[in-house]
This record gives sequence, structure tokens and C-alpha cells, in this order.
Amino acid sequence: MKPNLLAIAMFLLFALVTLGITWWAARRTRNASDFYAAGGGITGLQNGLAIAGDYMSAASFLGIAGLVFSTGFDGLIYSIGFLVGWPLIMFLLAERLRNLGRYTFADAVSIRLQAGPVRTLSACGTLVVVAFYLIAQMVGAGKLIEVLFGLDYSVAVVVVGALMIVYVSLGGMIATTWVQLIKAVLLLGGASVMALLVLRLSGFDFGELVQRAVETHPKGLAILRPGPLVADPVSAVSLGMALMFGTAGLPHILMRFFTVPNAIEARRSVLYATIFIGYFYALIFIIGLGAILTLTGNPGYVDAAGALRGGTNMAAIHLAHVLGGDVFLGFISAVAFATILAVVSGLTLSGASAISHDLYASLFRAGRPNPQAELRVSRLATVALGVIAMLLGIAFEQQNVAYMVGLAFAIAASVNFPILFLSMYWRGLTTRGATLGGALGLLSAITLMVLGPTVWVDVLGHTSAVFPYKHPALFSMSLAFLGIWGFSVTDRSAAAERERAAFRAVFVRAQTGLGADGAASH
Amino acid sequence: MEDIYRRIDTDPRFHALARARSRLGWTLSAAVLLAYFAFIFAIAFAPDWLAQPLHAGTVVTTGILAGVLVIVLCVSLTGVYIWQANRRYDGQNRAIVDDASRAP
Repeated sequence: MKPNLLAIAMFLLFALVTLGITWWAARRTRNASDFYAAGGGITGLQNGLAIAGDYMSAASFLGIAGLVFSTGFDGLIYSIGFLVGWPLIMFLLAERLRNLGRYTFADAVSIRLQAGPVRTLSACGTLVVVAFYLIAQMVGAGKLIEVLFGLDYSVAVVVVGALMIVYVSLGGMIATTWVQLIKAVLLLGGASVMALLVLRLSGFDFGELVQRAVETHPKGLAILRPGPLVADPVSAVSLGMALMFGTAGLPHILMRFFTVPNAIEARRSVLYATIFIGYFYALIFIIGLGAILTLTGNPGYVDAAGALRGGTNMAAIHLAHVLGGDVFLGFISAVAFATILAVVSGLTLSGASAISHDLYASLFRAGRPNPQAELRVSRLATVALGVIAMLLGIAFEQQNVAYMVGLAFAIAASVNFPILFLSMYWRGLTTRGATLGGALGLLSAITLMVLGPTVWVDVLGHTSAVFPYKHPALFSMSLAFLGIWGFSVTDRSAAAERERAAFRAVFVRAQTGLGADGAASH
Repeated sequence: MEDIYRRIDTDPRFHALARARSRLGWTLSAAVLLAYFAFIFAIAFAPDWLAQPLHAGTVVTTGILAGVLVIVLCVSLTGVYIWQANRRYDGQNRAIVDDASRAP
């Protein structure tokens, strides 16, 4: 395929602007607080946009639009799943998390528990989630850029990895925040224009749009029925739990709450993020319907069998070409590239923080690190993670990685979320309970996923799955909570007694914000 | 700092605030959980109901309306929480912390 020069030019403009911002951010990144948390100087609106930019991945933009194009209603089910975690973060986590933590969610958990085991487990949870999420993004990025820009797969992966390393290692959280913020504005703007152009096709009448989609789609009225995606009740509930509670346990998302000066701004960030994310997923449904209208049976975009040229992810991209020609296609392609970059940057920063802040500074330096050394370690960790991500991206080129984002959500829901949630809400939580129960959640999520249909049958090629359900979260999350509870209540050690006694002080701090690490240092 | 925490913890206003805030948080969470899992269970057990047109002469279904309502509910309840927190809790919280910090 020949390179798409217009798309490349627009992307280069984005890269140039963000590299300029990185240069500016690098000069402002002097200490650990700047690197991990942008010095706590981000406003609620900025952070809300950046959270949206961190969360709305290319996989959900292109993937859900493709899902609506092929199966209709199922796309809406996914859209809603990605949104419902946000109100819960608002009601139960955001303010307390901001009041308790400094740079990573493990800070909040380890306030009254032993830093060693708890931070090790949290760092494992973070790194495993980041690794799976990152592989999925890198492989997706390579394939997408191959199609969109006509670049070679490996070149695309290296370009993404290299830019991400530059942003994160030099500009830390300040640069990452601005990359995410600009990307969120571009993506929301691009998707809004697209949805408006689609609605214009049906005279701005949503009913008419659905009517025409049903008439055009080969499956007809069946696209308005829940489809093959959620085959049985257990899978449906399990998927719902992974999306809902996984969102509340994603380390790169939780980390964003420390970039604002206090709990009030943290709260405000969630409101803005929820509005932007809800709006965005509503747009995708319209965009998917628009793809049905314009692409079905259009030989320029689908083959004789009705499948999209370039793969199912291309629905939104092809639609951009139908609606706005080469210019709009180039713009949406550049936005998709920017989207990937913003998400992988947030993931890498979060993984690097787990290494430098949770493992290096708190464990090997026993909580008394040389700040400059910690900053150096986090930059090195960023470079190392970036290189590993590129290598894995290239290694997994021919593999089916679609299950990896789901697995990342399941692990976040089964490890990070339970220990974070219980550390804030349950006096009885002890180090032993958090560590063993969390580890149980981690192992069971991975094991059940490997034994289930997605990996055992689809990837490893066995004929039938050992574990019958596609989504493990219902089971692994229950095991984690049960394990944490069991190992905590049976813990009769003196240390456990002290941890329970320390709950009141933590509770007061979580509620009032008194003693929280905040803007006072700036 | 430990002293201030203890003073706050013995302040009845603090307990009233913590209770009110957590009641609101849990009520709103329950509403979102209920709405979402009702939607999921409808998908699993009543797909035909979701596929019914809202009224004669349209193809827009109960399912699409339900989906849109869940999205609207999520955003508006998040707004309700902020509104309550701004209107009530922040002021009370400040007063409690200030008093405890001033006390001998």
C-alpha cells in the first residue's frame, strides 16, 4: 500500500507540537513530584480531559465502531460497560484516593499496611496490567499504522515506542498529561464532526438513522438484538464486572488523581471525565450506524463477502473517507495514531512509577531514597519498558492479542481494585490478607483466562476449553475478596492488631484530607 | 497530627458528616449498579424485550433507549454527587478541620 502523505503530514504536525511540549515539560520536571504527578498542579478540567485521553483508546474508538458495523447493538453493550466504572470511582474512590496517596495507588494501600509485601504485590498487579494492555496497544498500533500510513509494521511499532520513550522519560507526567489532553480534544472533535455528518445523512433524525441501518444491514432487524457477544448470563455478568471494577483498578488511571492539588479537584476531574467519556461512547454508536449506512455493499470499502477491507477496525476510518474525502481520512488517521501514543505513554509512566517508586524507592531504599536517584531510576525504567514494549510488539505481530485488554481489565478488577477498596473501607484488612488474597486474584484471573475459550481454544488450538467462560472476573474477583477476607480475619499477629488499630487515623485522613500530600509543597 | 486526628475522630459533627457522605456515595453506587446489572440481565434473559420497537412506526428499540438512559444516569448521578459535596460537605469538612487544628 502506498504511504498516505496527507495523514503522515498531519501526524508529523501532532508529533512536532507534542515534542515541543515535551521540551517545555522537561525543563519543568525537576523532582519526583513533577515526574510522577506533574507537581500536583493540574486543574480538574485539564485532568478530566487527560483522563478521558488516557482511557479512550484506539481499540475502543475503532473496535466498537467496527463492532456496531458488524453486529449493531453489541457495540452499545461494550460502550456502556466502559462508562459505568466512572460513577463508582466518583462515589467510592476518587476523594479518598487523593487524600491518601502521593504518586501511585500503592501509596494509599501501604499507609497502614507493611510497605514491603503490599507494594510488591501492587507493583506486580500494575506491571502485569500494563504489560498486557501495552502489548495489545502496540500490536494494534503496528497493524493500524501499517494500513493507514503505509508504513512497515516494525517501523510503526518502533516509531510509537520511540516517541513514547521521549515523552515520558523527558517530560514525565507533565508531558504525558498534555499529550493526553491534546489527543482527547482531537478525538472528541473528530468524532463529533463525524457523528454530525452521519446524522445529516438522515436529516438529523436518529429514528430515521436506525431505520435505514436496519434496511441496509444484511442481518436486518437482528442488529437491534443482543448478539453473540454475550452468549450466556454468567459471561455477561462476568464481563460487566471486569469492565466496571477493572476501570476502578487501572493503575494508569488511578495515578492521574495525584496530578491535581486536592480532593475537590479530583472530584471535578471525574465529573468532566465521565461527561467526556459518556459523550464519546454515545458518538461511537452513531458513527457505527453511519458505517452501516455508507459502507455496506460499497465495493470501494468492503469485499465481495461484505467484510471490511483492512479488517474490522477500519469501519470508522472508511467512514471518514466517505464523509470527508482524503483530508478527513488523513485527519482521523492522525487522530488514531495520536490516540495510541497518549494511551501507551500513560501506561508506560504508570509501569515506570511502579518500578521506581514502589519497588526501588520503597523497598530497596527502605522509603528513604535519594530523590535524584529515584528520578534517574524512573527515567531508566521508562526507557527499559519502552524497549520491552517494542520488542513484545514485534514478537506478537502474528498472535491474536484481542483478549489481552480484557485480561488487563480482569486483573485490575481482581488485584488492584480489591486491595485498594478494602484498604479504605474495611478496618479488618491486614498485610497478610491483602498480599495473599491479592495474589490469589492475580493467579486465578490469569489461570482462568488461559484455561478458558479465548486462550485455550482460540490461541492454543485445543478443541474444548477446560474453563467454560470467556470472562474470568466474576470468579477471580470473588476469590480475591474471599481470600483477602479469610487471610485477614485469621491473622492473629501483633502486627495485624496494630494495622487494625491504625484504621481510625487513616479514615480521618481519607475523609478530611488533613495530612494529604498536596499543593502545599508547591 | 495524630492529636488532631484523634480530636476530629471524637467530634460528633465528623461522624455525622462521614455517615451522610457515605450514605450518599453508597446510595448512588447502588443505583448505578442496579441500573447496569438490570441492563446486563435483560441482555442475558430478555433479549426479545430489548429488541421490541418503542412504539408503532419506529425501529428504535427498548434496548437502545435503555442504553442511552444508563449513560445519562451515570453522568447525571455523578453530577448529583458533586452538587451535594460542593453544597454541603466541603464547608462542614473545613469547619471540623479548622476547629480541631485550633484546639489546644
